[in-house]
Amino acid sequence: MKSLSRLMAVTRKEVRQMRRDRLTFAMIFGIPLMQIILFGYAINTDVRNLRTAVADEANTHLSHDFVAQLNATQVTDIRERVNTVAQLEDLLRSGEVSVGIAIPPDFDRRVADETRAAVHILVDGSDPTIAGIADALRNLPLGFDTAVQRQPTELIEVRAYYNPERRTPVNIIPGLIGVILMMTMMMFTAVAVVRERERGNLELLINTPVTSAELMVGKVLPYIFLGLVQLAVILTVGKLLFAVPVRGSIVDLYLAGCVYIAANLALGLFFSTAVKSQFQAIQLTFFMMLPSILLSGFVFPFDGMPEAARWIGEVLPITHFIRLTRGIMLREAGLGEMVGELVYLGAFAVVAMTAAALRFSKRLD
Amino acid sequence: MNAELAIRARGLSKDFGSLRAVDRLDLDVPRASIYGFLGPNGSGKSTTIRMLCGLLTPSEGSASVLGVDVPGDSGNLKPRIGYMTQKFSLFGDMTVFENLQFIAEIYSIPASRRAARIDEVLEHYDLVEQRGQFAGTMSGGQKQRLALGCAVIHKPELLLLDEPTSAVDPQSRRDFWANLFRLAQAGTTILVSTHYMDEAERCHRLAILDHGAKVADGAPGDLQRSTGMNIIEVLADDPYHAQTAISTMPAVASVTQLGIRLRVLIPETIPDALDQVQAVLADHGISADTRLSGASLEDVFVAVTLGPEERAE
Ligand SMILES: Nc1ncnc2c1ncn2[C@@H]1O[C@H](COP(=O)(O)OP(=O)(O)O)[C@@H](O)[C@H]1O
Ligand SMILES: [Mg+2]
Repeated sequence: MKSLSRLMAVTRKEVRQMRRDRLTFAMIFGIPLMQIILFGYAINTDVRNLRTAVADEANTHLSHDFVAQLNATQVTDIRERVNTVAQLEDLLRSGEVSVGIAIPPDFDRRVADETRAAVHILVDGSDPTIAGIADALRNLPLGFDTAVQRQPTELIEVRAYYNPERRTPVNIIPGLIGVILMMTMMMFTAVAVVRERERGNLELLINTPVTSAELMVGKVLPYIFLGLVQLAVILTVGKLLFAVPVRGSIVDLYLAGCVYIAANLALGLFFSTAVKSQFQAIQLTFFMMLPSILLSGFVFPFDGMPEAARWIGEVLPITHFIRLTRGIMLREAGLGEMVGELVYLGAFAVVAMTAAALRFSKRLD
Repeated sequence: MNAELAIRARGLSKDFGSLRAVDRLDLDVPRASIYGFLGPNGSGKSTTIRMLCGLLTPSEGSASVLGVDVPGDSGNLKPRIGYMTQKFSLFGDMTVFENLQFIAEIYSIPASRRAARIDEVLEHYDLVEQRGQFAGTMSGGQKQRLALGCAVIHKPELLLLDEPTSAVDPQSRRDFWANLFRLAQAGTTILVSTHYMDEAERCHRLAILDHGAKVADGAPGDLQRSTGMNIIEVLADDPYHAQTAISTMPAVASVTQLGIRLRVLIPETIPDALDQVQAVLADHGISADTRLSGASLEDVFVAVTLGPEERAE
């Protein structure tokens, strides 16, 4: 009873301080907005409007028609017209364009000849995404008013389930929720204990009857609520700006979010008990960010990673959370179908929380 | 276990690496009294207080606080002691009232009595007007009153105060001590560390610390009577040259200038100290009034913290 009221006292104190801390508020709303907009608009693997130059050495009706059709696809954005292939190469090297279209003088004849390529497309292979586009360009269904029509023969047809239009934000935002929550939640608690140590509050607190566990749990509780608010912000912005759907149960999503938030808070708290300054705490969270972004399946497909990397990925809470969000938001999966992921997150939270409470001794030495 | 003693420590020591911060300290602090720790910065006052409230584990020795062995059982001890840290340690981004409320809740003061107790503390420590002010924006004296108020809100039996007056003006210090006497009167044992002589003088008992070791303890009056030194006060027109002249005397333990006066400490074992000083001054052609004087607490402090080479005879 006394224990519960002390815990609530700690929680009330945290809420009070949180409300007065402008930076906290900026982080809750600012970070998700910034990241969603950044990731949603900038990271777009669905490439359009590539800067393109054309060297049309044929200069015939047919070649003009070809260039016009190409431009109409919006994949390329023709910025320059030059006379020779050498000039195209110069533009590519300087980086002014990333695609060069070279139309040879005998273009009309080549179009008619099945054995020879009619057009050369030069792409900037130093950028992997653009290199991938070359293939897309090759398959562009361009029709010509000539005797010979090239029919692209398609052996394999790919159908993208769950994201038929292959819009990048739909793929990215479920993972981005994990990244944003991790970043902010871990940061909040990573500085929580060490800040009070720096300010001297801790020396007073540990001389009161409050126990380590009460202090740790009391500190985490208000941030769980904050995390859920942040989750709501991300989902709303994702829906409004990019029409990112939540096909499964919204309750499942918040439930998974709740457990994931607790896991990150607990980990941050553990860091906070282990470091000497707020600066170190922030360094440590950044240290965690990198593997979490790279090895969680957020950026690179999980199955394609080497085994060691997959093992590290399996340990990270974010990996399991991203599976949950993708499942619930895009595949309409229920939590029941992915209960293993949820259990892992819950266990992680409990272990990290216990470790934090144990590490936080009520001593100074 | 002596029921009359609030704190009893034997051989209490603390090492930080190779540094011995507290060196084999024996302490007997009687209940319902004000006990002072007098010592310069770095003499181990804070470290000792932290060991007594269980924040630091002693490297050697043992202590019993309110009949409880520390650090063993310090958990049971927390509700019975109040601690005011050297650095202001309340929450600067909360108001005076919110700080008091938080501390009251942490000490499980029942909700029915909480409001009344907070009002009482606000009243006693002259904080009624600051009730809604953020603690971080208050003056040194106000912060100190809030810190004391928070340290006593649960009516502890023992109050540990670590240099409570180092950031406040003389008037606030006087008021602060009035509060301490009131608390001691009501039965609270108070251990207070300071580096001010005038504060040390107000304590019922006193331990002088130097480099982690206790070099003297007792009631201030007793300490002043038993310095083992004759104190000669010299009033000279040219105190600088008088000091230079007196310093040449091998018998002199220390010469301190206070304005135009010099205080000269000469061990009691030296006969005719006053005559010798007068002779030296006459030799140097310096005219001065000399007289024997009683020891001030500062003289006590100087006498007990002399290096061993100076103390030899
Ligand atoms: N946590 C610590 N680690 C290392 N040295 C310390 C620590 N705390 C205190 N000290 C050293 O112990 C000595 C005594 O310090 P302290 O007890 O704070 O003195 P006082 O309170 O009398 O000024 C000082 O030399 C100080 O530098
Ligand atoms: Mg100190």
